[in-house]
Amino acid sequence: MIAIRSPSDFWAGLLFIFFGSLFLYHARGMDFGSALRMGPSFFPIILSGLLVLIGIITIVRSVIVGGEPITKLALKGMLAITAAGLLFAALVRGAGIIFAVPALTLISAAASERFHWRTALIMAAILTIFCGVVFVYGLGVPMPVIGTWFVE
Amino acid sequence: MDVITDLMLGFGTAITPLNLMYCLAGVFLGTLIGVLPGLGPVATIAMLLPATFGLPPVSALIMLAGIYYGAQYGGSTTAILINLPGESSSLVTALDGYAMARKGRAGVALATAAIGSFFAGTVATLLIALAAPPLAEIALKFGPPEYFSLMVLGLLASVVLAHGPLLKAIGMIVLGLLLGLVGTDPNAAVQRFTLGVPELSDGLNFVAVAMGMFGLGEIIKNLENESDRSALVGKLANMMPTREDWKRIVGPIVRGTVVGSVLGILPGGGAILSSFAAYSLEKKISPRSDEFGKGAIEGVAAPESANNAGAQTSFIPMLTLGIPSNPVMALMIGALIIHGVQPGPSVMTEQPALFWGLIVSMWIGNLFLIILNLPLVGVWARMLMIPYHILFPGIMVFCAVGVFSLNNTPFDLYVMVVFGLLGYILIKLNCELAPMLLGFILGPMMEEYLRRSLTLSRGDPMIFLHRPISAALLVLAAVALCLVLFPWFRRTRAAAFAED
Repeated sequence: MIAIRSPSDFWAGLLFIFFGSLFLYHARGMDFGSALRMGPSFFPIILSGLLVLIGIITIVRSVIVGGEPITKLALKGMLAITAAGLLFAALVRGAGIIFAVPALTLISAAASERFHWRTALIMAAILTIFCGVVFVYGLGVPMPVIGTWFVE
Repeated sequence: MDVITDLMLGFGTAITPLNLMYCLAGVFLGTLIGVLPGLGPVATIAMLLPATFGLPPVSALIMLAGIYYGAQYGGSTTAILINLPGESSSLVTALDGYAMARKGRAGVALATAAIGSFFAGTVATLLIALAAPPLAEIALKFGPPEYFSLMVLGLLASVVLAHGPLLKAIGMIVLGLLLGLVGTDPNAAVQRFTLGVPELSDGLNFVAVAMGMFGLGEIIKNLENESDRSALVGKLANMMPTREDWKRIVGPIVRGTVVGSVLGILPGGGAILSSFAAYSLEKKISPRSDEFGKGAIEGVAAPESANNAGAQTSFIPMLTLGIPSNPVMALMIGALIIHGVQPGPSVMTEQPALFWGLIVSMWIGNLFLIILNLPLVGVWARMLMIPYHILFPGIMVFCAVGVFSLNNTPFDLYVMVVFGLLGYILIKLNCELAPMLLGFILGPMMEEYLRRSLTLSRGDPMIFLHRPISAALLVLAAVALCLVLFPWFRRTRAAAFAED
């Protein structure tokens, strides 16, 4: 039985192989050309081949040489930050910053162990006002305060 | 003398009230984000980039540059006070700086850092003034093979100090290069790796990628353990180094400045490599080498001088060659291009006021830093106490608004979120993000220079070794890699990251 002695190297190697193969897969069908006349897939294929190779060596290494373990993933943080970002993207035009900024603030704040409704609501209010005054009026970022869903 | 006239022109530009104000704003903001955990210069500059569109190019650059070196200053403050390097360039400062703070000499350590930085900044400014014109001459002689080899050198030099196995760091470069190629191939007008998404035909937006990895990724990382930070701010009253201290820091400051200035010019070098090399050098030649790590004042003076010198001289390849040596410089290039200035050897002759104004502003900025920060240290220390759960939702809002305002499209926000997750996973796997980002920027440029070189040589790859400058650059790259394999270098490299 082969034991993985360096999980972080093992997974990094796997990730490299994944990305390398992904680029190789999408580079198929494109013109490779020649060294004299490089086609659109010339450089990408060389690079992704190299990346797959590095991935394989890294995995082999992870079995032979010891390394660092992977510490626990912050799943709650990953989820909250992702959701907050996506929701902001979905809301910013249609609903406007008056909804998008509080949504972003509250959901990301919820990722913290020290989340507290009152503090989070106060922060949301302050940040929304700040965004309106500084970004929209001050710097002229074209974000609607109240979005197109509500006003024509 | 030419240099004097050039510098006078620079002073004329930098000393206008408007530019002085932007310089001050830049170094102030820079120090602030350097002190605040989880917000680095890359994310900050990316956020402020859209806001500088309306400014004159010189003012915009002066402010952005101020953020860059101000952040290092702030980073060393946190390194000394709470053993938490705010920026990676102050990693080694934490070793002896924090040890000094625990002995009640935090004030002296901070003053030493400030004095060293200022001296280094002054010398580096003069050095840029003297070295940039001849380097720009050389740069004009650079052909595609030289540019390609220079980029190879820059990319490899950037991983010399990476965590963990070297190969993994090189893998990150290659991944970055590949991601940089997403978009329309400029020569064949073919869509590459866009997965049929029309928004990707211009490629992934660099600011969105940078903000995702360095902003969001870092936030998720910090959410793992939200421990309270306690700062050693009790004994800051006594900041003046004693006569004995002065004697001990003069040598390290001078040597650190020299090391930093030289390494800063190397693409891929810059502040991190400089501070690290200066620390190793002092440890090697100091008669008190056993005190290093236990609060040797030399261990603060040398790296702090070096990182400031390196930060400043890293502007040289950016301004003269148009090649970024780190992600911050890449953003600077972005800023220049937005303002209609094409970075490269011609900046100096076509935009002398901009070039020299920026350089002189860096010296003025350093002066601001020393005047502003020694009395304000108490304020910065209190900033450290802002709990993270109050801070990070604000950072999220700034990241989101900043990225949205780039093109006013939600698509860039999706890119930011995806790269936030990817960045976090890569951090967890001990993969270095900075080399990847550098690769991302250089990807399309490298491909183009490779294509031109090979056309020039009729497809013979040996052209890179036949041209003397190109060959020399590649040899340097090989030396940089071999350096990592040296035992003493490895040991100090491990020691520098041990506290991380």
